[in-house]
Amino acid sequence: MTVNGTEYARDVEPRLLLIHFLRDELGLTGSHWGCDTSNCGSCVVWLDTKPVKSCTLLAAMADGHAVRTVEGLERDGRLDPVQQGFIECHGLQCGFCTPGMMMTARWLLDHHPDPGEAEIREAISGQTCRCTGYENIVRSIRWAAEHRE
Amino acid sequence: MQVPSHVEYERATSVEHALSLLSRPETRVVAGGHSLIPMMKLRLAQPELLVDINGLAELAFITLDGDQLRIGALARHADLLDSDIAGRHFPIFHDAERMVADPIVRLWGTVGGSLCQSDPSEDLSAAFAAARATAVIRTPDGQRTVPVREFHRGPYETVVGRGELLAEIRVPLRPGTGSAYEKVSRRVGDWSIAAAGACLSLAGNTIKEAGLGLTAVGAEHFVAAEAEDYLRGRAADIDTFTKAGAIAAEHCHPVADQRGPEDFKRHLVAELTTRALRRAAARASA
Repeated sequence: MTVNGTEYARDVEPRLLLIHFLRDELGLTGSHWGCDTSNCGSCVVWLDTKPVKSCTLLAAMADGHAVRTVEGLERDGRLDPVQQGFIECHGLQCGFCTPGMMMTARWLLDHHPDPGEAEIREAISGQTCRCTGYENIVRSIRWAAEHRE
Repeated sequence: MQVPSHVEYERATSVEHALSLLSRPETRVVAGGHSLIPMMKLRLAQPELLVDINGLAELAFITLDGDQLRIGALARHADLLDSDIAGRHFPIFHDAERMVADPIVRLWGTVGGSLCQSDPSEDLSAAFAAARATAVIRTPDGQRTVPVREFHRGPYETVVGRGELLAEIRVPLRPGTGSAYEKVSRRVGDWSIAAAGACLSLAGNTIKEAGLGLTAVGAEHFVAAEAEDYLRGRAADIDTFTKAGAIAAEHCHPVADQRGPEDFKRHLVAELTTRALRRAAARASA
């Protein structure tokens, strides 16, 4: 598979989950391993063009596909507007849910460049933040919408 | 850390290839995987072989074909929710899909997977039962069709046998039909406490045919058959719908659990059935 544009080939057990492949085999620890039950969304990465909860996908299922993680958000040393938005609007406190939130936010903005608050809250409704109360996450994503590259 | 037990993995390259792989005992299909893989992590499921059908594009479709809506087993929940033709003819599917899991899970979870999981709390089974849909199952010899109302043999068990694969669901179009789905859950992404789906075919203000599906309340085959019998031939008005709700609540078999006691669930069945019928009738007349 390719991860953030780099090709990787590994022999792994079929039962290995994608999140552990990314973190333990490739050392890409930006994606977080949270609830392990596909509820919290801190493990969200993209498989090809769509976000997926990577604790609920086998690494083998991603064979031959393109995976994009939070490490792949920045381009040529420039932060993605979503990342910048989380800085500007204090979209994180402990930071655990943040990588998943940002991957979903990027996907949302790619499909709905100017989402309202309700659309943003719907998009991240499958993800859990225990710090912010979501207010600043919503503001961060709005900031990114208003500061398109 | 939750880790599935040892399992082999094969990627199906065609339906025929999948069928041959599925002839082996203790083999399970994986598509979205959002029910199966968590069950494997909890060791509630320990298949010896997983057959990945995500590459079978021929099973990922939603089309109108004559007088039926055809939904491929590999259509994702998000595909069904985004489908204009599905929403135009069967708003019940859009109502239900808005409440299935969460938006990220809906991108990967499949319509066929939901049906085959046969979870008593799963929404689409009741919606398809209400719409009197038919399941098309590919077999080594060809295919067979089974009414969705006979598809589930019980919790986590369907009529799909070894060496077989659910290929599509066909939903018959009926003129003058409206449909709706009403669900109550504790929070986003959670299973139903109870839910009800209704399909109503009207001739003027008279009910020609009614389909009622119930979720998570122990209704046999997800169907409220006694309430359907009551509805047929009656006037489509609030008194009829209220009575049908009461009949549905009387004849289902909810069990008390952490989502609520039995009488609360029966109350929900009565109320949600009535609401679904009202919305279905309004849509049939629109």
